[in-house]
Amino acid sequence: MAGCVGLSAALCQEGVSVVQVLLFSLFNGLLYGMLLFMLSSGLTLIFSMMGVLNFAHASFFMLGAYFAYEISRLIGFWPALFFAPLGAAVIGAVIERYGLRTVHKFGHVAELLFTFGLAFVIEELVQMIWGKTNKPYLIPSSMDFTLFTWQGLDYSAYRVFMLLTSVGIFVALYWLLTRTRVGLIIQAALSHPQMVGALGHNVPRIFMYTFGFGCGLAAIGGVLGGNVLGTEPAMAIQLGPIVFVVIVIGGLGSLGGALIASIFIGILTNAAVSYDVPFGPFFALFGVSSATDIGNDLVRMTSGSVSSVLPYLIMVLMLILRPRGLFGNRDV
Amino acid sequence: MSMKGLLNNYGVWMVAALIILLVPIPFGSGFALSIASQMTIAIVFALAYNMLLGQGGMLSFGHAIFFGLAGYFTIHYLNWMGQGVVSYFPVSLLPLLGGLVSMVLGVLIGLVSTRRAGTTFAMISLGFGEMVTALTLIIVSFFNGEEGIQGDRWVGPEPLGITFGSDVQVYYLAGAWCFAAAVAMYAITRTPFGRMCNAVRDNPERAQFVGYNTQRVRWLAFTLSAFFSGIAGTLHALVFEHVGFETVDIARSGFVLFMVYIGGTGTFLGPVLGAVLITWLTSILSNFTEAWYLYFGIIFVTIVMYAPGGLAGLIFMHEPIWLTDPRLLRRLLWPYALGLASVLVALVGIIGEMEMIYHLSNDITGEFVMNLYGFDISLRNTVPWVICAIIGAIGLALCRKSFPLVAQHWHQVMHEARERVLQ
Repeated sequence: MAGCVGLSAALCQEGVSVVQVLLFSLFNGLLYGMLLFMLSSGLTLIFSMMGVLNFAHASFFMLGAYFAYEISRLIGFWPALFFAPLGAAVIGAVIERYGLRTVHKFGHVAELLFTFGLAFVIEELVQMIWGKTNKPYLIPSSMDFTLFTWQGLDYSAYRVFMLLTSVGIFVALYWLLTRTRVGLIIQAALSHPQMVGALGHNVPRIFMYTFGFGCGLAAIGGVLGGNVLGTEPAMAIQLGPIVFVVIVIGGLGSLGGALIASIFIGILTNAAVSYDVPFGPFFALFGVSSATDIGNDLVRMTSGSVSSVLPYLIMVLMLILRPRGLFGNRDV
Repeated sequence: MSMKGLLNNYGVWMVAALIILLVPIPFGSGFALSIASQMTIAIVFALAYNMLLGQGGMLSFGHAIFFGLAGYFTIHYLNWMGQGVVSYFPVSLLPLLGGLVSMVLGVLIGLVSTRRAGTTFAMISLGFGEMVTALTLIIVSFFNGEEGIQGDRWVGPEPLGITFGSDVQVYYLAGAWCFAAAVAMYAITRTPFGRMCNAVRDNPERAQFVGYNTQRVRWLAFTLSAFFSGIAGTLHALVFEHVGFETVDIARSGFVLFMVYIGGTGTFLGPVLGAVLITWLTSILSNFTEAWYLYFGIIFVTIVMYAPGGLAGLIFMHEPIWLTDPRLLRRLLWPYALGLASVLVALVGIIGEMEMIYHLSNDITGEFVMNLYGFDISLRNTVPWVICAIIGAIGLALCRKSFPLVAQHWHQVMHEARERVLQ
């Protein structure tokens, strides 16, 4: 087969062409990226406002998925899409008001520790309430069909819906922050909190609403992604660090940066898995042979097997070489 | 130096050495010795971690890599010795070798991660932690994936008949290294370098202005911390004769952070306290409750919110009082007892409720029967739920009454201590 260069053997045997894999990984990467964006947008907003990296952000993503599972079991998916994020947002606001605000006076390290502990507690609470095994949160049956087939690949209706919703949220968020009065106050509170306070706005309350709003956004991601990625207690710890990677690469506090970095990481990790580029020839250049055990490991490495390392490698390099990220206006 | 001077200066250390020496006499069983060994390991790791967090002001989310990688190296070295691939190295000195391996890693990683403190450092440490955890699944020949690797510490000659085959012998090995490492780490805090670490933590700009290279100070602190973490990791490998990816992952890094912070980062004693207490609670309570990690997390968050000095901070709050007049502490006794009692009542109710929820959602038998506080109860029955709720409510109400009382007495006693000093 001529079109099989750089494809994994399994895909090649099924007669899948390079173009198909490209489209497939682009679509799925975009989807995953937009999901990441729903988390990273809230996180970056919270960071630029309060200077605190919310370690528990992905926990609200998880809460969204679990709430949606319960609500969709009782009254259906559409109410869940509304009420689950609302519930998570209220919990987020309460935690900001009675937790984070108490810790604020001890400094940023204490805030980081608080959210780290919170992430741990939420994971354990989820295990306490919903058990340690994963929950059958399924794609709503009304959207569980193939919407269209293009280039020999099926595009499920639910995934297209996910993509459209997340794009819609991005547009709405952009409009909210740049074109409305609320957005202008938030933007002003980001850079000049004292001045905004002096103008009569309650800045701590703005912080609380923003924190709750960001948690709600993450929960929407959970409602949409929980049934695709799986709803289990480990989902937060799996996704949490990746979201950090995204906002560090995009630049802390930059919404556009968060979008581009989300899509970049989404497509990169998906493409690394589907193309599965072998590193053997690369290591062979340095005389590594599969004769030794360690050499064998290196030669057998492919972009798919190292795809879990790539985001962190990029983040560390970014922090070392350009700590402000791609579009950030200040250092981490 | 007179006897009294010796006791004043080194009394604490003598007591510590005595405790380490005498533990196997009352606690000679295999289980107790295993806990004791884990405690010594936890103490070394916690103290090493606090060199970063407490003394250097660097918050790391990936420090377990120095712990775990030294462990992997140790097991490999033991196996290589068994196969005769490498020359013999005394098993009792392996922690030194493991520490050096971690130190080299610390030099390399510290070079790039310690340029800045604060959030940048925390994020880089997280990145390295996640990378190494992922590598354990990729480089199978070294890490052997999720299974981990095993070794046998009983290799080579047997000086004086010491084989480290028995639990007592390996406990004394861990204990001796724990003591030596603790002394060394304490000594470091007393050097000019230790003081510079504190200065760089508190005010890097001023430290720089005085002429110190803040990055180099942080780098050195990071390297030393990695060294001592490596000693702890080696001891872990020697005690368990097994290491897996769970020794390097973020859970391990978070665990040591929790321990250190619960114990208290502000004093040298804090991490020791946290390590001993948390290791003990973990090994005792995980037999009784599956929700222990939930309580652990809640304790941590509570400490972060209300007692940032940790348990040691709470203890040393009383220092001015007992330095003035230890008899004043007696007046705090009954308010404290009252406060503690009301907290306990509240906890009995809340924990009972949580245990029941936990059992309800994790019950695979489908019978919904459990043992709570010695009573066999059915979760379909509403009575235990109501009783626990009532106990919890009573406890919380008592807390509301007793906490202001505790605060009031505390302020009175502090006030009196101050008056006496001023007189």
